[in-house]
Amino acid sequence: MTIVEEGVSSVYAAPGAKGSVVEYRSRYGHYIGGEWVEPVKGQYFENITPVTGKPFCEVGRGTAEDIDRAVDAAWKAFATWRKSTPAARSLMLNRIADRMEENLERLAVAETWENGKPVRETLAADIPLAIDHFRYFAGVLRAQEGSLSQLDEDTVAYHFHEPLGVVGQIIPWNFPILMAVWKLAPALAAGNCVVLKPAEQTPASILLLMEIVGDLIPAGVVNIVNGFGIEAGAPLASHPKIRKIAFTGETTTGRLIMQYASQNLIPVTLELGGKSPNIFFEDIADRDDAFYDKAKEGFTMFALNQGEVCTCPSRSLIQRSIYDSFLGDAIERVKAIKQGNPLDPETMIGAQASNDQFEKITSYLDIGRQEGAKVLTGGEPVDLGGELSGGYYIAPTVFEGSNSMRIFQEEIFGPVVSVTSFDTYDDAISIANDTLYGLGAGVWSRSANICYRAGRAIEAGRVWTNTYHQYPAHAAFGGYKQSGIGRENHLKMLEHYQQTKNLLVSYAEGAQGFF
Amino acid sequence: MDHDVSRVAVSGEAAALLRTLTAQHGPLMFHQSGGCCDGSSPMCYPVGMFRTGPGDVLLGTIDVGLDDPIEVYMSASQFAYWKHTHLTIDVVPGRGAGFSVEAPTGMRFLIRSRLLTEAEARELGMV
Repeated sequence: MTIVEEGVSSVYAAPGAKGSVVEYRSRYGHYIGGEWVEPVKGQYFENITPVTGKPFCEVGRGTAEDIDRAVDAAWKAFATWRKSTPAARSLMLNRIADRMEENLERLAVAETWENGKPVRETLAADIPLAIDHFRYFAGVLRAQEGSLSQLDEDTVAYHFHEPLGVVGQIIPWNFPILMAVWKLAPALAAGNCVVLKPAEQTPASILLLMEIVGDLIPAGVVNIVNGFGIEAGAPLASHPKIRKIAFTGETTTGRLIMQYASQNLIPVTLELGGKSPNIFFEDIADRDDAFYDKAKEGFTMFALNQGEVCTCPSRSLIQRSIYDSFLGDAIERVKAIKQGNPLDPETMIGAQASNDQFEKITSYLDIGRQEGAKVLTGGEPVDLGGELSGGYYIAPTVFEGSNSMRIFQEEIFGPVVSVTSFDTYDDAISIANDTLYGLGAGVWSRSANICYRAGRAIEAGRVWTNTYHQYPAHAAFGGYKQSGIGRENHLKMLEHYQQTKNLLVSYAEGAQGFF
Repeated sequence: MDHDVSRVAVSGEAAALLRTLTAQHGPLMFHQSGGCCDGSSPMCYPVGMFRTGPGDVLLGTIDVGLDDPIEVYMSASQFAYWKHTHLTIDVVPGRGAGFSVEAPTGMRFLIRSRLLTEAEARELGMV
């Protein structure tokens, strides 16, 4: 575990500290109708950085009254926004992307301070992907076309895309800005207005983003209300005036959101994660080359974002003939992960996002041991010393066990991978699919046929093939089974935020003849 | 479930918080979550807020010294994977996402768990 001393290397100063590229305000209200407003009840809550475990700002503690106000502001804005041209919306999305790019370093450091993830990731992935997401939807929006069907010589069906109206979006804490942008970009492209509730663990970075890009968006088109789930999330999800609700999180809340949606008869999209398998077939070890090296990195991807990814490859399945050799090589790669100050660009793994996450992960480290799984590396919290002692750090951990163990079946959402072996192709697929979830999966093989067959046989919405954890805007993302409903990213997502208007037009000169 | 053997228990600290929250919200229940983010966390709701159905299993009840015991549910599909597990509802400082009622208190319910002993499993008719 390397800690680079501040002042010696290029470690970013903490937001607000001397020399920092970015500063959070000490207090944020809600962002409603293009203005910063006090919560109706005047309450705020402390926002903690997981880097040190200390509070760094206060954020509005919203309630149903704030949600009402935001929904009203959004509908007011929709009256004009619905008439905006695709060209105007596309230009706005491109301008947001440009402004974010100009502020990339500020946003990346702010996001790291908010969430605990290494700045190496926010600089190279979170913020660049968010920027590209806006550009992608700015582009596909211009190319999207309705359709017409000639039904007979005199009758034509025209299909138009129309916005839904005001939509609600509830954002998770693992990629606070990127996950917000995944939902915002298609909703805005389609001409909707949004009321968005960030996660209570990471409420501030999206507000900082609005400080940077807010002037580019017409007042009321994007509204942000923070608060606790029970006080602000539930009133948003159950609001009778929203036309759709989108949620990323876990299954019980997903069901609750569907229950609310059933009351209001509105559509939902849900992204609920799961236990993604990462399968290594024996031919990867045929040669010790760049491909083999890539596969070792593929194994190590469980530690990306401290394992706090819906698609974390938390179950690693390795063919028995290469089990010992590949696992040995992969563990060397895991041991080379640099854990340290998230603001140090050299750091590869930072802090877990919150204390309760930290507690949950450490409890699973105990559960794994109790059940007889063997710790091959890691297995403990890490004290990085100094100011970082109060932060939430856990060593990347590799467990060896069997697929029926709880650490193979339950979501740990930490830098923990559970490894087991398989004998045949059929065993691999059977173990891979023996889960309630189906969001992501990885397949590694030099054989195109194995890759193709396995990719099609795995019941998951995204099968990375000889790669993992890539999230381009132009590839559909979403779950099978209990991992959710609907897709994010890709042109397909636009239609999740659109109504289909059919005009059925007769150009006949005379009556139909019924009466 | 008024057997001697139970699948669920509650820590003293969690019981105290549940008494406070019941005074504020009325009778409560738990539904154990799965999936990502706060998956594997217990969600605590006022009775009636979350609709359980035929797809859920009542794991048991916990007695925190109120008039009514608190019911603890899990989806049947998840139970198929968790049935060998004994759950204790505990609480830690934190700020879990989701709509669980304790979040504004700065505390978060958490599952401490262990495998059922062979004797417990036998008692519950699983051996």
